[in-house]
Amino acid sequence: MAESKDIDRNGIQIGVYVCHCGTNIAGTVDVKALTEYVATLPGVTMARNYKYVCSTPGQELIKRDIHELGLNRIVVAACSPCLHEKTFRSVVAEAGLNPYYFQMVNIREHDSWVHTDKRAATEKGKDLIRAAVRRVRLHKPLERKRVSINPAVLIVGGGIAGIHAALTMANAGKHVYLVERDATIGGHMAMFDKTFPTLDCAACILTPKMTAVKSHHNITLWTLSEVTQVDGYVGNYQVTIKHKPRYVIEDACVGCMECIDACVYKQAKVPDEFNMYLGKRKPIYIPFPQAVPQVVVIDRESCIEFKSGKCKKTCVEVCADRKAIDFKQQETTETIEVGTIILATGFFTVDAKRVPYYGYGIYPNVYTGLEVERLINAAGPTNGEVILRDGRKPQRVAIVHCVGSRDENTNRYCSRVCCMYSLKLAHLIKEKTEAEVFNFYIDMRTPGKGFEEFYNRVADEGTHFVRGRVADIYPNPGDGGRLLVCAEDTLMSTVRKIPVDMVVLSTGLEPQPDAQDVRRRFHITCSTEGFFLERHPKLAPVNTFTDGVFLAGCCQGPKDIPDTVAQAGAAAAEALALIDIGYIEQEPNTAHVLEEVCSGCKTCIPLCPYQAISFVENKKKAEINEVLCKGCGTCVASCPSGSVQQNLFEDEEIFAEIEGLLAYA
Amino acid sequence: MTREKPKIAFYWCASCGGCEEAVVDLAEEILDVVATADIVFWPVALDFKRRDVEQMLDGSILATFLNGAIRTSEQEEMAKLLRRKSKLLVAFGSCSHLGGIPGLANLFTRESILQAVYFETPTTENPDCVLPGVPGKDGNGKLTLPYFSERVRALDQVVEVDYYLPGCPPLPRIITRAVATLLGEHLPEKGSVLAPDEALCTECPRKDSKPEKIALKSFKRPQEILIDETQCLLAQGLLCMGPATRAGCEAPCVLGNMPCTGCCGPPGRVRDQGAKALSAIASLVDSQDEQEIDAVLASIPDPVGTFYRYSLPASLLAHSRKV
Amino acid sequence: MPDVSSNLSQAVPLEAEQPAFEPRVVAFFCTWCTYMAADLAGTSRMKYAPNVRVIRVMCSGRIDPQFVLAAFANGADGVLIGGCHPGDCHYQEGNYNCLRRVRLLKRVIEELGIEEDRFRLEWISAAEGDRVRVVINDMVEKLRALGPLQMKKEVPLRPLSPEEHELQEVAV
Repeated sequence: MAESKDIDRNGIQIGVYVCHCGTNIAGTVDVKALTEYVATLPGVTMARNYKYVCSTPGQELIKRDIHELGLNRIVVAACSPCLHEKTFRSVVAEAGLNPYYFQMVNIREHDSWVHTDKRAATEKGKDLIRAAVRRVRLHKPLERKRVSINPAVLIVGGGIAGIHAALTMANAGKHVYLVERDATIGGHMAMFDKTFPTLDCAACILTPKMTAVKSHHNITLWTLSEVTQVDGYVGNYQVTIKHKPRYVIEDACVGCMECIDACVYKQAKVPDEFNMYLGKRKPIYIPFPQAVPQVVVIDRESCIEFKSGKCKKTCVEVCADRKAIDFKQQETTETIEVGTIILATGFFTVDAKRVPYYGYGIYPNVYTGLEVERLINAAGPTNGEVILRDGRKPQRVAIVHCVGSRDENTNRYCSRVCCMYSLKLAHLIKEKTEAEVFNFYIDMRTPGKGFEEFYNRVADEGTHFVRGRVADIYPNPGDGGRLLVCAEDTLMSTVRKIPVDMVVLSTGLEPQPDAQDVRRRFHITCSTEGFFLERHPKLAPVNTFTDGVFLAGCCQGPKDIPDTVAQAGAAAAEALALIDIGYIEQEPNTAHVLEEVCSGCKTCIPLCPYQAISFVENKKKAEINEVLCKGCGTCVASCPSGSVQQNLFEDEEIFAEIEGLLAYA
Repeated sequence: MTREKPKIAFYWCASCGGCEEAVVDLAEEILDVVATADIVFWPVALDFKRRDVEQMLDGSILATFLNGAIRTSEQEEMAKLLRRKSKLLVAFGSCSHLGGIPGLANLFTRESILQAVYFETPTTENPDCVLPGVPGKDGNGKLTLPYFSERVRALDQVVEVDYYLPGCPPLPRIITRAVATLLGEHLPEKGSVLAPDEALCTECPRKDSKPEKIALKSFKRPQEILIDETQCLLAQGLLCMGPATRAGCEAPCVLGNMPCTGCCGPPGRVRDQGAKALSAIASLVDSQDEQEIDAVLASIPDPVGTFYRYSLPASLLAHSRKV
Repeated sequence: MPDVSSNLSQAVPLEAEQPAFEPRVVAFFCTWCTYMAADLAGTSRMKYAPNVRVIRVMCSGRIDPQFVLAAFANGADGVLIGGCHPGDCHYQEGNYNCLRRVRLLKRVIEELGIEEDRFRLEWISAAEGDRVRVVINDMVEKLRALGPLQMKKEVPLRPLSPEEHELQEVAV
């Protein structure tokens, strides 16, 4: 490098500064003897000791020596580099020398503060400085890279988390691409009837936000769309989006729904996903009345025109003036450029069939919590009536907590929201049917604002609580279709077998079934349970280990709506902070492949958790994307031919340090 | 007056003779060599004596190709003698380059080796437990044998070496290329290994079949599986040293459906071939649990023999501590 | 044959005190966990044996087996590696790579006759300052008992005896 040849034209000139740190170091380590010793080392032009090297006069000393003595390498022996390495690198840079021509030696936290034997501590100081002096000779000039941030943001998932994050960022003036794979946004929250603990109507609080998303000029809303590929790195992502055909031209449809009435199917026959398959719809349908976009969709699996090509197409007839129906619509893809990504892909409920002894799918009157939500909802398949499959109104209902949660056989974790929604369902069922309600629980987890009070309220309303895990559910012989729910009531120390008409299983929350595929696509990781992994559980709950990708909502872990909205705001804030600065600076301790000597053995390729290493087919060699590289050095150590090196931690630099440490062994 | 042909010499130390075979294997090309150079010392083939070498002028041999490791005092003396008499001293073959397979003797003490060889092997009849090396007599006077040293050393651990010809033995094409280079105008940097500086994967015929990720629950020895002739050997669980071994041989072992054993030593940036090889192999283990990792690694029965087959004396830890 | 007679007058008296053996340990600590733990031990003024010299790397995954061997070859009596607990690696999986390498390297090192206690891998998180103290003290004590390693690469051969020097006169 021309610069380094120039700077070293008079040979290596090292300046070493030994700090007293008051008496913190000097009280145990003989700093004067250390300085005298260091001055004798090859390559050392100047060795000084000073009371506080980090102070302004201390820093000035270094800068002056660099200018007056032509120093081209600096070593400071003082406190921990974790504390002041950046400080001194800046000092060196201010003096016009590349800041990475610097090495720090820890003779405080690792020496004077932990040893009492002064002679030994001083000897240790000599070894450590000698190692640094040998190492710093080999340092190369490095540059911190600045990566600019594209202000557009991609938000994946149109549930409450995605919606809130989108509105926050759009209101801040940033362009948002909101991508949702279903035909409407709203997510799980749109399916709820009332939300705990306030019993707000879910649709009432959600739909205004959904409408705001549609009409916001900064939001590009794409439904029936999925992200298929993510390339690039923080600030510069190229994302490929696949738009699945709706068979309806979105801009042309006004949501009048006359096509649904006109459909050749006089009766709705197709099991309806939004109503948890309890209701029916036609092949042409709108997911729910307040869907956004307010546009119908055609399901090609059940539509006669797609199945046989011979339909009368009455739907097209009634839409003659708008001409919104297009059976020839194709899947399209497009690529967008964004700087940050927020993942808000939500959760999936545990499949109740995984707990077979609860009888879901076997006995008709066993329901999941979400199914009951739909029954209770006025716009649901039973118009808000809680009616069993055989048409009867239940007189006694069992609500079973912890289905698929806190269970070694399914998921060990607690799904956090089920106690609250079980209480909510208890209240709503009672309200609608005046049935006797039994909640079977292990612990009652009601930690949020108003939650404990809600529990008390539901208890006051006469709901029965049985503290015991339900062991078995089976038909009560000779009881006309009633089911027996068996559980040990641990507070009474007896086994109870309670005959009920209806069982509601409070199923837990799980990651989406394709979470692993999705996380790989976005270059992030998952925890052992399969939820997307946050950078730090306490201090960075919305960041991931991949710069520029953030998490919001249940995709990161089970949580209720208030926490989801809070997290979505946090994710938006993190993204906005990045966009606001406009760039990020990367530490230069990245790895690089020595292309001329790489043999293409591929040993390094799968080792990078950030997928920074790729195999370049036409060269048959490995290549590292320095922006993705985080500088761990794993690939460097694994390379069997020494063809990968890490800036600032090169093999030769570390060997020099080892040899320096032991030189007088 | 015709210009004198440059002088070259060959010598063998602790070796199997394979490197001498390699020179003979040059077949017709040996005549080209003879045409261009004068072989002035080659114990296996020509009748020159040590005294003849001693009488040569220092530096008068253009290049000496010395194969075999250094184990006895005689080999050490000859190495030093030839060093004095040669302009260029070339370490020929794995044994002189890195210590070679004989280098694995550094896992044992000198005593235990002598004992095994002279007392304990099944076909030895030595009731008086006589060890060679004790000064004896023969018709003309005293007879002493060279001292069998504590451990095996590579050539550059005894004398300064100019170039290295890697391989066990070096392939004919490597030899002819090297000889041509050394007899030519532009000599490579002193201390170079006369072979490409990349690892073998670059030349391997099965390179394209190697997947980007190999995750193994066990390693296999060649006799344990039917080795697929087209697929990367590492991917089949065999301990192929190719990624940690210098190229230049064009992978004849792989072409013979056997994994590379590392005879050409490591590429230039590596200080210890065995260490780097084991690092790469360890990264293929498909487990994150310590006990399971150990169980997978148990399918490598002899790590030192595998990873340091040719290079133990040249490694960072050159010998067993008990030696 | 070197003349040793002059040494006799400077013969060391039998009871002369030999300095007690102090083991030298080279430690490789990862920046995010073990190095910070060692800093914490310092800030908390914990005291431990002064025999360890730390080399900082970003991640225990960076640790090349060549470094461990070079440390022994250059005179270290012990080598200690410190990294994040499994599952907590700042770089996700670096410590698992270190673990795999170390398990295989251990077998090689032991076959080369180096005692097990001389090469040690410890998982120490940034909050475990005391663990640094305990591990270092324990390791140094074990090394004191084991004695010096003496694994220098260039072990000089035994000098030739006078008879062996006369090899020039081998009869043919």
